Amino acid sequence: MKRLFKLWRGDSTGGDFKEYETDVTEGMVVLDAIHKIQAEQANDLAVRWNCKAGKCGSCSVEINGVPKLACMTRMNEFQEDQTITVNPMKTFPVIRDLVTDVSWNYEQNKKIKPLKPRPRDADGEYRMMQEDVDRVQEFRKCIECYLCQDTCHVLRDQQQKDKFVGPRFMIRLASLEMHPLDTEDRIPEIRDEYGSGMCNITKCCTVVCPEHIQITDNGIIPLKERVVDRYYDPVLWLWRKITGNKN
Amino acid sequence: MEQSAVLRKPSFAETLRGDTWWIEPLLVLMGLSAFIIYATWAAFQANHYFAISYLSPFYSPVIYTDTSVVGSAPVWHALLGTWPEWWPSFLPASPAFLILVFPGLFRFTCYYYRGAYYKAFAATPPACAVSGIPQKNYQGETFLLIFQNLHRYALYAAIVYLFILAADSIAAYFYQGQLGIGVGSVVLSMNPVLLGAYTLGCHSFRHLIGGRKDCFSCAGAGPLKNGVYQKVSWLNRNHKLFAWMSLFWVGISDAYVRLVSMGIITDLNTWGL
Repeated sequence: MKRLFKLWRGDSTGGDFKEYETDVTEGMVVLDAIHKIQAEQANDLAVRWNCKAGKCGSCSVEINGVPKLACMTRMNEFQEDQTITVNPMKTFPVIRDLVTDVSWNYEQNKKIKPLKPRPRDADGEYRMMQEDVDRVQEFRKCIECYLCQDTCHVLRDQQQKDKFVGPRFMIRLASLEMHPLDTEDRIPEIRDEYGSGMCNITKCCTVVCPEHIQITDNGIIPLKERVVDRYYDPVLWLWRKITGNKN
Repeated sequence: MEQSAVLRKPSFAETLRGDTWWIEPLLVLMGLSAFIIYATWAAFQANHYFAISYLSPFYSPVIYTDTSVVGSAPVWHALLGTWPEWWPSFLPASPAFLILVFPGLFRFTCYYYRGAYYKAFAATPPACAVSGIPQKNYQGETFLLIFQNLHRYALYAAIVYLFILAADSIAAYFYQGQLGIGVGSVVLSMNPVLLGAYTLGCHSFRHLIGGRKDCFSCAGAGPLKNGVYQKVSWLNRNHKLFAWMSLFWVGISDAYVRLVSMGIITDLNTWGL
């Protein structure tokens, strides 16, 4: 069956959508169709991909305006007469066609203090109970596709990249802060440098996450609550003054 | 080359989404607006909030009561007795004015409602991947909205209200000391159930009862804490559902008590009233 695609073509200086028509067969995903167009009609089309299994996070694009992995978006999700529009992630600078420069994310990652584990047990081992690691294991599912960063309006529309590290790195911070072995204190940076207060909880990051991580409910809001414990709770503030307990 | 929307800063409500993304924020806008308008109207009525042994949740707990008003609570139901003389004459003598601020604040600062009304009322953003109103210096919840961080204090008040509404629902099974049941008893009993499911699934409550800990198995925590945390987490996953159900039901409860008090509908009950 013939399907009409509108793929964004261009680079950092400008560009626009170009129409392509191609045959789509049963079981194809959007990335398959893009590859077919690339092979038959647009050999110079740039598209980033790797595993084709939803695990490498490389083929993040926007399909009909929604941030998605091209390899996990099946063609039968669309109406038969529907035009499929594919553009690069809007939050990041375009390199060419559907490929963006996501290196800003790597810079955010470098800012985060790494795990600082407590001393080992007497026998030289670290021990953690499953119930204690269940929570942080959810965050370890992240494949760093940056779809959550792309859809976050603080980065995308308000362009506040200097004030907020974005949902991906709030999740990384949550995985460290809630780690049962960790002893590092990142709460001051979570409020001031990483910008937990910039998030207004619209949950768009959770909606687009291909790993179905509950980014807002299990990561960002719990971090906001820890910031409240430290800075905004007058009773806890008074309690710390009386007891001398810093945390 | 032309600067397409992919590269430039988008204008308001610009999107390539072709689905009906506007339905959810529109429903939130209509739902919350309808509730706010009805609750404000009901609070200003200052009458018909008590019938048989049913007390409207908008007026509970009754701090003062003016028994000369039709459909008002009896004096024994008021915590501080009859209506005070110092009350300004330009305001109706409505017990609702004294108590609605607390559940109102709980919902206003609730993490679910915040996300929903930022989209529906402030368009920041109107929907996911739909551009919001352009702002020169967006500050999120760091400046004017920093008070949202006091949500846990509104939670403490909301927990007290759960006990008060539970007491009201028990009282709704007694008329002049006689045990019985009416449609109103069932209507009012739903309130503490739905509000309990909403309040105890609150993100702040989840944090306070265990989320703030990194280790459930450590000394001082124990299996009970993890068990409670998991149950609260289930409620939290359904927070949106219970937020709307409980909101809808307090409105229904007030309307039911009001219509019975006004004699527009007759309550089916075992007291023969």
